Amino acid sequence: MNRKKERRYVAPSTWTRIVRRASRGVPYILLALSSLPILSMYLWLLMSSLSSKVLFGFIPAEFTARNWRFLWEPIQMGAAAHLSVWKATWNTLIFAVSVMLIVVLVATLAGFALSRMQFRGRESIMRLIILLHAFPGITLLIAIFYVLYFLTRATHIKFLDSLWGVALVKASLEIPWSAWIIKGFFDNIPWEVEWSAYIDGCNRFQAWYKVILPQLKPGIAAISIFSFLAGWGEFIYLYTFIFSEQNQTLSLLIKALIGEFRFTDYGLLAAVSLFYIVPVLIFFIFTQKGLMRVTVGGIKGGR
Amino acid sequence: MKPKRVWRRKRAIPIRIPPHIPFLLPFAFLVTLFFFVPVVLNILLAFTDMDFAMHWNFVGLKNYFRFFTDRIIPKVLLNTVIYVTATLAINVGLGLVLGILSTYYVPENVGLLFRAIWLLPRMTPPVVYALLWLWVLDPTEYGLLNMLIGQNVNWTMQHPLGVVIIVNGMVGASFGMIIFSAAIKSIPRDYIMAAQVDGASNWQIVRRIIIPLLRWPLMFVTSWQTLSLLTSYEYILLVTDGGPFYKSEVWSLYAYHTAFSHQLYGYGAAIAMVLVIVAIVVTMIMLKIFGFRRLMELAGGG
Repeated sequence: MNRKKERRYVAPSTWTRIVRRASRGVPYILLALSSLPILSMYLWLLMSSLSSKVLFGFIPAEFTARNWRFLWEPIQMGAAAHLSVWKATWNTLIFAVSVMLIVVLVATLAGFALSRMQFRGRESIMRLIILLHAFPGITLLIAIFYVLYFLTRATHIKFLDSLWGVALVKASLEIPWSAWIIKGFFDNIPWEVEWSAYIDGCNRFQAWYKVILPQLKPGIAAISIFSFLAGWGEFIYLYTFIFSEQNQTLSLLIKALIGEFRFTDYGLLAAVSLFYIVPVLIFFIFTQKGLMRVTVGGIKGGR
Repeated sequence: MKPKRVWRRKRAIPIRIPPHIPFLLPFAFLVTLFFFVPVVLNILLAFTDMDFAMHWNFVGLKNYFRFFTDRIIPKVLLNTVIYVTATLAINVGLGLVLGILSTYYVPENVGLLFRAIWLLPRMTPPVVYALLWLWVLDPTEYGLLNMLIGQNVNWTMQHPLGVVIIVNGMVGASFGMIIFSAAIKSIPRDYIMAAQVDGASNWQIVRRIIIPLLRWPLMFVTSWQTLSLLTSYEYILLVTDGGPFYKSEVWSLYAYHTAFSHQLYGYGAAIAMVLVIVAIVVTMIMLKIFGFRRLMELAGGG
């Protein structure tokens, strides 16, 4: 018994050391192997956008700028040309910025009331927000289609087949969750700061605008970035509610291009896609740490 | 002489708007317009045979009878069950493995790097992510998989459901990964250190300490993902579009196709309605298991 215990303190043999050292590497190998498919996909995207021929998926054989020709000339399909990429980019930008502005404005107002004011039904609204966040809005697509159709007919303003009409829908789906996030930021601003504003003679709106808003910048940045990216990457609502080519965003353009060039010109598809996801990648690299907390609903888990 | 009238400011009208109303009004308006009204509309639409002519023509329960006699429905339901179970297994299982590996076994900065890689598909717009997979699964020798195995297999035609499961699993796993990783980080270091002092191996620590403490996050991820897998179809639409011959068509996608490909809005609404009821039942069970407070804490951070 005693001897056995002592043996544990004897320096491990070379073989054991090797095994231990190696087993410490196993998690790295597993992680690397599992990430390989993802990495190879994105590597392919980059490589095939730059070259006309790709060996084994990753090794560019002939560098060419031809895949990027869409930047200076329209993409031809037979006699007809697709919507210019710049117009599509402009549309995507309009859509994403409208989503962002609506979300930030509405969510910040609501978050302020939910964090700072006591009123009946406050708790129920908080519950409602969680339910709305969990509720699969995508199942309501058919009914939302009718709402947009009805609004178009009733007001003679285009809601269907219009970018800002769809932006309104998209923003509404983002708002419950954003309001929740921004409420958390309001909760972190001390009451005293707000009180001092009231003592200095501000009314509620002035206090909101002059005192609280500046302190809220990180929260606003978070929901702006997130709603912008949500708008930038949006596909299904646009695909369903936008009909005319003039209103195509980049996601719709790429969907159309996939249909036509899938088997003939991966280089072009890769280049357009890369062009499309560059803003996403930039945001991702700079905000990746924060996003990781925010993407999945700001979950801290396990408490 | 008349007493001089003292000028007084008129009293404000006694109706007072509570101060929170103007702040909540835009929120309430949008939520009503795009959540509550659609819910009611969907219920009503399901009783009509509305098509491209957009006429309200109430037909009673006809759509529901049609749903239960539709010959495609059994196939679609079976696909949905297979798809949800298998993808859920990947999402939770792989998410757990990745979460533990990237948080417990490797240093924080390495773990962060791998988690960032796994978050990439989630951040990538769906169209581009679908394109990446279309290339991987390309039926000619240009596809990555065919290049690796050296023969031409038409993956999306021959294994449509498998393809759909993998494509969704690769996105979904990051959800579990992030939550589990955050939960593991919040386990007090003392527990793990105490186990190490007692001579527990890494595997024993994972098996006896970490996984039992992940019980709530595990249940949360499972139920949350069930709900979202039941109802989402974006990636399926982009990669196989339900084909070939409804082999990868799931419930929610079938509702979508009925409404927007065949312009049968009434019937589509009925299909979606049954799905929403199923989803609500699932949510109810989820709430029952969790208790609402717990769920709010988990979902809201706060």
